[in-house]
Amino acid sequence: MQFMLLFSRQGKLRLQKWYVPLSDKEKKKITRELVQTVLARKPKMCSFLEWRDLKIVYKRYASLYFCCAIEDQDNELITLEIIHRYVELLDKYFGSVCELDIIFNFEKAYFILDEFLLGGEAQETSKKNVLKAIEQADLLQEVRMTCCEQWGEI
Amino acid sequence: MPAVSKGDGMRGLAVFISDIRNCKSKEAEIKRINKELANIRSKFKGDKALDGYSKKKYVCKLLFIFLLGHDIDFGHMEAVNLLSSNKYTEKQIGYLFISVLVNSNSELIRLINNGIKNDLASRNPTFMNLALHCIANVGSREMAEAFAGDIPKILVAGDTMDSVKQSAALCLLRLYRTSPDLVPMGEWTSRVVHLLNDQHLGVVTAATSLITTLAQKNPEEFKTSVSLAVSRLSRIVTSASTDLQDYTYYFVPAPWLSVKLLRLLQCYPPPEDAAVRGRLTECLETILNKAQEPPKSKKVQHSNAKNAVLFEAISLIIHHDSEPNLLVRACNQLGQFLQHRETNLRYLALESMCTLASSEFSHEAVKTHIETVIGALKTERDVSVRQRAVDLLYAMCDRSNAQQIVAEMLNYLETADYSIREEIVLKVAILAEKYAVDYTWYVDTILNLIRIAGDYVSEEVWYRVIQIVINREDVQGYAAKTVFEALQAPACHENLVKVGGYILGEFGNLIAGDRRSSPLIQFNLLHSKFHLCSVPTRALLLSTYIKFVNLFPEIKTTIQDVLRSDSQLRNADVELQQRAVEYLRLSCIASTDILATVLEEMPPFPERESSILAKLKKKKGPGMVSEIEETKKERNVEMNGSTEPATNASTVSTPSPSTDLLGIESTAVFNSVPLNSTGGSLLVDVFSENSAPVATLASAAEENFSSSSDLTSPDNNIDDPATAVHVSHDDDDDVDELSDTFVCKNNGVLFENQLLQIGLKSEFRQNLGRMYVFYGNKTSTQFLSFSSNVICQDGLKSQLNIQTKPVDPTVEGGAQVQQILNIECVSDFTEAPVLNIQFRYGGTLQNVSVKLPVTLNKFFQPTEMTSQDFFQRWKQLSNPQQEVQKIFKAKHPMDTEVTKAKIIGFGVALLDGVDPNPSNFVGAGVIHTKTIQVGCLLRLEPNTQAQMYRLTLRTSRDTVSQRLCGLLSEQF
Repeated sequence: MQFMLLFSRQGKLRLQKWYVPLSDKEKKKITRELVQTVLARKPKMCSFLEWRDLKIVYKRYASLYFCCAIEDQDNELITLEIIHRYVELLDKYFGSVCELDIIFNFEKAYFILDEFLLGGEAQETSKKNVLKAIEQADLLQEVRMTCCEQWGEI
Repeated sequence: MPAVSKGDGMRGLAVFISDIRNCKSKEAEIKRINKELANIRSKFKGDKALDGYSKKKYVCKLLFIFLLGHDIDFGHMEAVNLLSSNKYTEKQIGYLFISVLVNSNSELIRLINNGIKNDLASRNPTFMNLALHCIANVGSREMAEAFAGDIPKILVAGDTMDSVKQSAALCLLRLYRTSPDLVPMGEWTSRVVHLLNDQHLGVVTAATSLITTLAQKNPEEFKTSVSLAVSRLSRIVTSASTDLQDYTYYFVPAPWLSVKLLRLLQCYPPPEDAAVRGRLTECLETILNKAQEPPKSKKVQHSNAKNAVLFEAISLIIHHDSEPNLLVRACNQLGQFLQHRETNLRYLALESMCTLASSEFSHEAVKTHIETVIGALKTERDVSVRQRAVDLLYAMCDRSNAQQIVAEMLNYLETADYSIREEIVLKVAILAEKYAVDYTWYVDTILNLIRIAGDYVSEEVWYRVIQIVINREDVQGYAAKTVFEALQAPACHENLVKVGGYILGEFGNLIAGDRRSSPLIQFNLLHSKFHLCSVPTRALLLSTYIKFVNLFPEIKTTIQDVLRSDSQLRNADVELQQRAVEYLRLSCIASTDILATVLEEMPPFPERESSILAKLKKKKGPGMVSEIEETKKERNVEMNGSTEPATNASTVSTPSPSTDLLGIESTAVFNSVPLNSTGGSLLVDVFSENSAPVATLASAAEENFSSSSDLTSPDNNIDDPATAVHVSHDDDDDVDELSDTFVCKNNGVLFENQLLQIGLKSEFRQNLGRMYVFYGNKTSTQFLSFSSNVICQDGLKSQLNIQTKPVDPTVEGGAQVQQILNIECVSDFTEAPVLNIQFRYGGTLQNVSVKLPVTLNKFFQPTEMTSQDFFQRWKQLSNPQQEVQKIFKAKHPMDTEVTKAKIIGFGVALLDGVDPNPSNFVGAGVIHTKTIQVGCLLRLEPNTQAQMYRLTLRTSRDTVSQRLCGLLSEQF
């Protein structure tokens, strides 16, 4: 996989993950073009399309589009299920995940993604194992949080 | 598990995000962000040391601002500081910031690497994972330099935790992708392969990706992975759906791992070991069988996961291309999907069938689905699916169904989406040409194309129809009649006027006997379109008119009147004016004989690859198209009425055999007269803007052939179709073409300018080679910052391994330095690597790029064989794809001894007494690559009378035949 983008129906980018080195300018250009292309497609259309020399696999969940770019020999259907598994992970972690969860906890969305995919390849496909890793990390945080609670200032 | 209770809510961050979301306008948002940036900047600069929590919070805010699409130019240092925090959450945010906002600041990279190093050494698996994730996310060269050595050790160490192994495997994969040279193969490789046997399926999943990537470049080293992968796969596909616990996904056992294993197996040919092979076949059969079973769940996830494995299995079956039974079953399965209610499956089935169509075992089976595919073209609502249907029709086309397919594509073209029209036009044009049994059909098809989608008919397409009409006497009369009829339409596309003008100018006489298409009617018909056309078309029509003067002396005065009119002679366009003046003059002063010679009918074009094909290939990129083309090339030659060298010889007497594409070279039209005065290989087109030869001619007539052709203004060349098209053939923009001189020899001067000389010495043995490159400083001043490296572009990277040692950055004046390149040929290749040299000379940076003469034939080992053997093998290689033939004109004197030396230099054994005709040359050799060896037979037939050669290559691989033929044919 070369990259994954999450964006809203309004075209706002919610998460971006790049597995190939690209300049910021290039990333912005790709994002713009792709968001436009995908949003223009009608609901019942096929989830795959050719774009430049890549294959785009996308799926919409409620107000969010999940969009992956894969290479020529990569498997479209399994990529579609990578998206679904990621959604399941977010859903389980946040409890009925919605777009707001991802906006306000974007860092968590990244951490979960890193446990699931690394270097653009599936690292751990067991839902239990991924969530276990994330929860262990959260546990590490909570222990320390109790002794240094800080609220308030911006 | 509501999010707020998780870990550390950073309230400040949440408030900030809410603020941004509440902004009513873009301006308000920017204002709020600027305020926040100022705040953070002052906090970071402030005297008071920030605690870890605050640092984390501000870094997180910066990250959020960056993700909103704003540039962030500070905070990197604070993020790096967080790496050394002993609080997990702070460390984690630090790593996240670095992963998302990599900075090439070398000072910082050193600090980051330091942090990573500490965490890797911490033996705390959570910290180690964070560090590994960061390396995998950034994947920069500096990180590869720092860690590529350690990670393999972590990966294979006995006491490493499973989760760390997983991260380490994919981390290494990322580093290998960015800097393969920094990841040395070693003792660890065999241990990595054994991770395929690991108990933990997560570890196997991660390791399989790594092994696949490594095996693509080092197939030999990872060969043992085949049997391990097969047995792992076999265990998965035969397991009950609950056996694999959480690795079962909607009742499908380990779909991701299965797909990866099947992908790994596609790096290799079918297993040699019969037992392994049998087991794999069983797996594949099981997967195909499961597709027929009723689904275990109605969920789309179940069917997607199951079919993902199925499609990957089919890819493997196609890749092996060796089990007719499996191929046909795969084809039937895809046939079922063609009518599935899921759009996604229909799309994938069409795509997958395209590759099946090129296998000889399944081509016929694919063809049986033609009606369904045509139906898809008509009923699919999604353009991307229809596009796949067009691709598949193109792939399954052969002589038996060409008429039907072309008709359907034309039909579809009427309503096709604009985005794919041009491609369909190209495909129709190619198929119509390839499979034309009857050329009247071909002419009709192309004219239909122009009628339906004139705007999308590129120059290549109409050039090609003209080439073919000119080369095929039997269709000329029909073509003239058909274009004449088509031009009757009140509104016709300009492309039709072009084709019509050209064809009538050449062959209008063939229909002039009919009263309804008398010369005057033809002329009036064309001239009625004249004023509606653009300048280039008008220029073309003027040429048609002068040709009419020769064909139809009876309308000469009518034409002269037109040329003489003010709208022509005083046309504001210089090109039109010039043509009018010169043609008028020519028609007035030249005798009938001269006119007849000058305006003679075009000679046949030399045979060459269809330019349309080149255009389609360029459009689609290499791969699919070319693959299909190769298989079809053979049939093409025979039908195209390939002109035999002997017949060619009389007509192509003009010295410009190297014409490109259109090659409607004026040199041929204005046979003999102007040519000698301008000499050499004129590559101009009479119908293009460039009127040079005409000009020469006109002035020549007056000034007694004084060849003062100043009119050859170079500016005119810009829009010259011949030039424009030439570019499409040539993909390398800045690098000179690969020098032909090194194909048959190994030593010599590769490059020379005023500053630098590059010499070469090279030796090759089997699939290995060593090249000594000598850089000579021709000046008396030092070259500074001298660096040279070899670049293998794109596909070549996996086909050719070239290792270099850096050279000394300073080259003294007058000195010479040497660089050694070690070359390994992994698989057959076409492109040439590029040698890139940079240095400073007197303060300015010099840049030189040359193609390295590493060509496929360097890996030849000559093979001696008897006449009997030779012919036996020759017959075995009788598949159409395996043979490539080229007929070409001699560029050098045809000397038998020189030819022999060149063939031997090319690398094959020259076989005496094999060919019954003693003047022919026959050779044999084996191309050695790391993955395969390819036997090659060749035959070169000189025709001294015609000054032509015919070269035939047969090898077991079509790409090899193509490449070798291309290389060798440039030598004579």
